Amino acid sequence: MSKVQARMGPAAMPTPATQPASARSRPIVSPPAIAAAVLLVLALLLPVVMPWIKTPVIIAACFGIAALGVSILIRAGQMSFGHAMFSCAAGYAVAFAARRWPWLDSTVLIALGTLVGAVSGLVIGAFVVRYRAIFFGMLNLALSMVLFAVLGKFFTLTGGTDGMRLARSTFFGMDLERAGFETALLVSVVALALGLGLLVRRYLNSVAGQALSAIKTNETRLEFLGISAYRVMLTGYVLSAALCGLSGAVFAITQGLVTPEMGYWIRSGEIVFISILGGVGHPVGAFLGAAIFEFVKVFAGAYMIGASHLVLGVVLIAMVFFAPRGISGLLTGARKGGQP
Amino acid sequence: MSAPLLQTTDLRLSFGAVVVADNINFTLHEGERLAVIGQNGAGKTTFINICSGLIRPNSGRVHFDGHDITGLAPRAIVRRGLARSFQLPQLFLEHTVRDCVRLAAAGRLGRLGLWSPLAKAVAASEIEHVLEIVGLRERGGELCEALPEGQRKLLDIAMALILNPKLLVLDEPTSGVSTEEKHGLMATIMAALDTRKVSAIFVEHDVDIVTRYATRVAAWISGQVAADGPPAEVLADPAIRKNVIGE
Repeated sequence: MSKVQARMGPAAMPTPATQPASARSRPIVSPPAIAAAVLLVLALLLPVVMPWIKTPVIIAACFGIAALGVSILIRAGQMSFGHAMFSCAAGYAVAFAARRWPWLDSTVLIALGTLVGAVSGLVIGAFVVRYRAIFFGMLNLALSMVLFAVLGKFFTLTGGTDGMRLARSTFFGMDLERAGFETALLVSVVALALGLGLLVRRYLNSVAGQALSAIKTNETRLEFLGISAYRVMLTGYVLSAALCGLSGAVFAITQGLVTPEMGYWIRSGEIVFISILGGVGHPVGAFLGAAIFEFVKVFAGAYMIGASHLVLGVVLIAMVFFAPRGISGLLTGARKGGQP
Repeated sequence: MSAPLLQTTDLRLSFGAVVVADNINFTLHEGERLAVIGQNGAGKTTFINICSGLIRPNSGRVHFDGHDITGLAPRAIVRRGLARSFQLPQLFLEHTVRDCVRLAAAGRLGRLGLWSPLAKAVAASEIEHVLEIVGLRERGGELCEALPEGQRKLLDIAMALILNPKLLVLDEPTSGVSTEEKHGLMATIMAALDTRKVSAIFVEHDVDIVTRYATRVAAWISGQVAADGPPAEVLADPAIRKNVIGE
């Protein structure tokens, strides 16, 4: 080696000969992608064989989208027990808008619900993302219960616990019969689920998304890298609220009815349940969790009356013991905090 | 002499009856390599914590690079060019070694986008270069929690180094690093700092390291700077040898 070479030191280092381990030897089709494909096929084909399952599939997709939102925050180590409030707020916004302007298209109503979710997420998030752990979870829960109570009490405006009915609106400008309307909703919500899953995956791999999961392990260090943990958390919070808002809007349009129950704490708990069941390591987890949740609810409701919660409880206990990282964790076989 | 890079004025902090910073008036100039020595509890880390924004003093001011940084949030101080490493490594244990360094670099560049992947946010050559300096390039793809303590320390330093600070504060950089690796590590870090013209403060217990790498030594006793000067002078002071080095 010449003297010159020796003196050049680290600056003249060769470029990395090998790719980082994370990028190496990835199968072309990953297990989560296969799971997503299976879910898509099932969601679109099952209703062809069993038309009655259309609504449960739409509801499952709604729950999946909401769980996708909540799982963003769980990646930061924060669990919200009140995120149904954003679905509820969006649902009511849709109901009010549909009553005031009956000519509004369903797609516009869904967009409106998402916007209401995001804006209320920004307002509430600006305050609650300063808190962590149990305080974060309970503050969200408390605020959701305030909304629940307000909607229940203002009878003249909101219809109280009876809620508000929505007339069926047009879909992409088309006036559809019930069956056609449900099919259109089904296809749209499944497409939305896929698109949003991909977008969330992109976000989780981005700098902001990776900084978000760094909050879980070392928020202090994040600050010492010049990164505002508050800003990172608020971004995640607004995204999660927007997803819950979208979910609530589709739910309201599907049911043709909104009630304060949409924002009840049990609903928030169910969304958290689905997130944990599916696992937060990969976006497909939220939809796997939602599919299982809805399947157990529908079939246990039909064949084991009153026992659906028992079945779900046993499933959760089994998951905590045998697959603490959820179904998506089993699929990715994964390293913690790895790239989804 | 040029304007001081870091200057503290009448810095005071006490935890109840224990005074951990007792009227500290201290100045550091660009290009200096200051070793801070002192026994446990003398207030060395407290001094660093105040300067880096982790804790606020009861009274007194801290100026860095011509700006008053007293009471600023750590991230605001980091952005002004004062970076630090920690005595107990502060890592993102569920991230890979490489991703920790990438996050640090992205933080420096203020790239916090929701779209571009972390893996592409910063030039790979820069990340690999810093990993090479601390000898962690081979382990870049592993999770931090798989690293032994000594290497966690190195990663902690790498994360501060890639911030390209004007002043790097290292809290006991060689504790937890094996004796045979200590000198190699210090030599590489100091060489990297020389190349980038970074000033440094390092808390250190090893007299040998202090003698070799510091241009100036400050000895802390009970929250006060008991001696401050060239290493040969401070380390020869009988009072310092008795009370700080423990001879």
